[in-house]
Amino acid sequence: MNIALKVWRQKNSQTPGKMVDYKLSDVSPDMSFLEMFDVLNEELSHKGEEPVAFDHDCREGICGMCSMYINGRPHGPETGTTTCQLHMRSFNDGDTIVVEPWRARAFPVIKDLVVDREAFDRIIQAGGYVSVNTGSAPDANDILIPREIADEAMDAAQCIGCGACVAACKNASAMLFTAAKVSQLAVLPQGHAEHQLRAERMVAQMDAEGFGACSFTGACSVECPKSISLDHIARLNREYLGAKLASNNV
Amino acid sequence: MIDVLEEQETGIKLDSKAPEGPLAEKWAKHKFNLKLVNPANKRKYEVIVVGTGLAGASAAAALGELGYNVKAFCFQDSPRRAHSIAAQGGINAAKNYQNDGDSVFRLFYDTIKGGDYRARESNVHRLAEVSVNIIDQCVAQGVPFAREYGGALANRSFGGSQVSRTFYARGQTGQQLLLGAYSALSRQVANGKVKLFPRTEMLDLVIEGGKARGIITRNLVTGKIESHSAHAVLLCTGGYGNVFYLSTNAMGSNVTAAWRAHKKGALMANPCFTQIHPTCIPVKGKYQSKLTLMSESLRNDGRVWVPKTEEIAERVRKGEIKAKDIKEEDRDYFLERRYPSFGNLVPRDVASRNAKNVCDEGRGVAASGLAVYLDFADAIKRDSKKVIEAKYGNLFEMYEKIVDEDPYETPMKIYPAVHYTMGGLWVDYNLMTNVPGLYALGEANFSDHGANRLGASALMQGLADGYFVIPYTLGDYLATIGPADKIPTTHPAFKDAEQTVNDTISRMLSIKGDKTAEEFHRQLGHIMWEYCGMARNAEGLTKAKKLIQELRKEFWTNLRLTGSDMELNPALEQASRVADFIELGELMVDDALNRNESCGGHFREEFSTEDGEAKRDDEHYTYVAAWEYKGPNQPEKLHKEMLKFETVKLTQRSYK
Repeated sequence: MNIALKVWRQKNSQTPGKMVDYKLSDVSPDMSFLEMFDVLNEELSHKGEEPVAFDHDCREGICGMCSMYINGRPHGPETGTTTCQLHMRSFNDGDTIVVEPWRARAFPVIKDLVVDREAFDRIIQAGGYVSVNTGSAPDANDILIPREIADEAMDAAQCIGCGACVAACKNASAMLFTAAKVSQLAVLPQGHAEHQLRAERMVAQMDAEGFGACSFTGACSVECPKSISLDHIARLNREYLGAKLASNNV
Repeated sequence: MIDVLEEQETGIKLDSKAPEGPLAEKWAKHKFNLKLVNPANKRKYEVIVVGTGLAGASAAAALGELGYNVKAFCFQDSPRRAHSIAAQGGINAAKNYQNDGDSVFRLFYDTIKGGDYRARESNVHRLAEVSVNIIDQCVAQGVPFAREYGGALANRSFGGSQVSRTFYARGQTGQQLLLGAYSALSRQVANGKVKLFPRTEMLDLVIEGGKARGIITRNLVTGKIESHSAHAVLLCTGGYGNVFYLSTNAMGSNVTAAWRAHKKGALMANPCFTQIHPTCIPVKGKYQSKLTLMSESLRNDGRVWVPKTEEIAERVRKGEIKAKDIKEEDRDYFLERRYPSFGNLVPRDVASRNAKNVCDEGRGVAASGLAVYLDFADAIKRDSKKVIEAKYGNLFEMYEKIVDEDPYETPMKIYPAVHYTMGGLWVDYNLMTNVPGLYALGEANFSDHGANRLGASALMQGLADGYFVIPYTLGDYLATIGPADKIPTTHPAFKDAEQTVNDTISRMLSIKGDKTAEEFHRQLGHIMWEYCGMARNAEGLTKAKKLIQELRKEFWTNLRLTGSDMELNPALEQASRVADFIELGELMVDDALNRNESCGGHFREEFSTEDGEAKRDDEHYTYVAAWEYKGPNQPEKLHKEMLKFETVKLTQRSYK
């Protein structure tokens, strides 16, 4: 396959960036999208140009590190797929592919396609946990959890924290990310004790980071590589409202 | 006698500190004998944790909870992305919830036997003991393990064991356990007890007065070289499987932190013990950057086979026929045939070697001839597609995305790939290396898996070390040295180390050769896989040593790097890691050459039984080979920790 690329190049957060054109020939349809970028980067290195910086690590769709905005969609054209699991067979010979970083105020660009997602860590630090110290847990089977509840929690817990939901949202909202954690812990008995405080604190942090309000378009769930359902946003809203009615915490 | 003399000469004495007394009482007794740091004094200590996978995140969280001041470092953009996240199948624990005869002793025994009797009894028994606490802790954190309809926890079986003791969260157990540890870590960050340093890589260890005093790091975004001082340093930096270039490890997984500690005096133990996982998606093209694992749990329901004859296999490879065209009587379910009692659930080393053998016989499938089938047709017929989907849905999806074939319809093609490294930094029973104040946890140490690791026990070990071992053993050291025993980062020891790091980076940037770090890495990987992979022999290893030495020379004269050191520069990061992998590769070859026996993942072709099984030499090799760095271009010095088996009897491993 022959592929033309338009890639966002930006030296650092202080320097303005621009789209740069590249051409690649002999691309195999069995290559992953990132392997195609490896080939590009090797070519650039040999030409004495600087390779394109992009985040990646596990390359099996679970670490959440990869983050390219491909042809106007986070992680590219396939549903339920991270960029590292996207293969060139999803494109046609002669295609022009546009690759940009995540665009959101809360995710500043560090270089080229690499953005800073520490805001997500800070949302989790605001309350995305059960306050239990190591060593103080009861026997695991003392807490019986019906299978459908465990499944519901697991559906939410699958979030890989990649930020595609934010990139997909026209408001750059982090509702789906925040909801996934709030919802996972809200349905489980272990998380119940702190469920109200958690919802309040995590939403407050989300707002403080500069993420926008929910756009109600559902783009986040469509583009989520783990297809996390909008139901969790509904549960977050319920949790948050309930908490606000009941407490003066935040 | 010679060993004793050697020890006197170099001053290194390997004391495992394994407590005396009956095996089952060792840990309890040891815990009581360890010194304590009183709660008010804990806040006077600083601890550095490098790596935020299961071992690092759990250690940082647990130590923060106790009141220590922790600095946690990771090269990823968030601690949640450490490679533990990719573990699929599950975590073992001796809960015996299935009433099928499991016990702490059985888990201990399976692990020791699975490791081919090359691990320390005391450590392995402790691991089995605390395994039950891990499950309790993770459930309390909200880890959504699979459940039965009644609400109790579900279990599955794994290789190398005849009981069901593996807890799992779909095919994403590592992810869920890591997110649990990450949530506990995040809570300590919020409490101000842990300070996070993401996108920061450790590039050197600082030793002064014989103790570990801190680390030198590079901020990967700004390129700034910085010093961090502490009372103790914990390396939780994972394994070195990427020395093979192609492996199931994440692209960033590396040996650099451990290797630089090794070059500062920490011994590297059993580096040649590497695990080749039997069920990975086969290599497809030369552009391939990594290999993807298909969880071992698939062997619960999948049957492994190849065509009975070379002729049929040849027709498959040419694309003339497909798996489903091959009649039942023309199939060889080679694991079930050779190992009737364990069948498809033999340990990983055995399964891998057998897959290699049938492919070497010319019976491999896929165009390359390097693949065997993993077939679910019988399981789907027996249990329905729905049941199989519920168990392995996400794995089947992943397979289809990569290979473009539907595993519900046509058997998966799998081949062994490098997955885990049992070797690592030498540690004593307290997880301390031979350098006082320097600890190694999780895959980074050598301690629990001997020569082969059983499935679902890496997660167990990472969390055991972090949640339930280091919180006790670290206090003993800190109480001994006292809060005042720390040096500032302005100390010459830090300045000198910073200078060395800066010099090495400048040197790499100044070479301006023709070959990228990626090309060197691939070349190294090829040498390692060819001569130090699934099967090894003296001739090949000797050749590999020469090739690696040549490669190292070429690296330092012909490396091509672009960009500068004062910015985000992934090529520079890779070059610095590849430089260390090349040195490690040579030591692995030395270690493999030294060990004139076959055990677990270390298979020396000269040492095998008549039917091709590994043949151990207990008389001469029942020891841990711990290597001491002696300077550039000097051979490393071997130290031996003799393994004493007080409880189990060494036997030829049999899964027949």
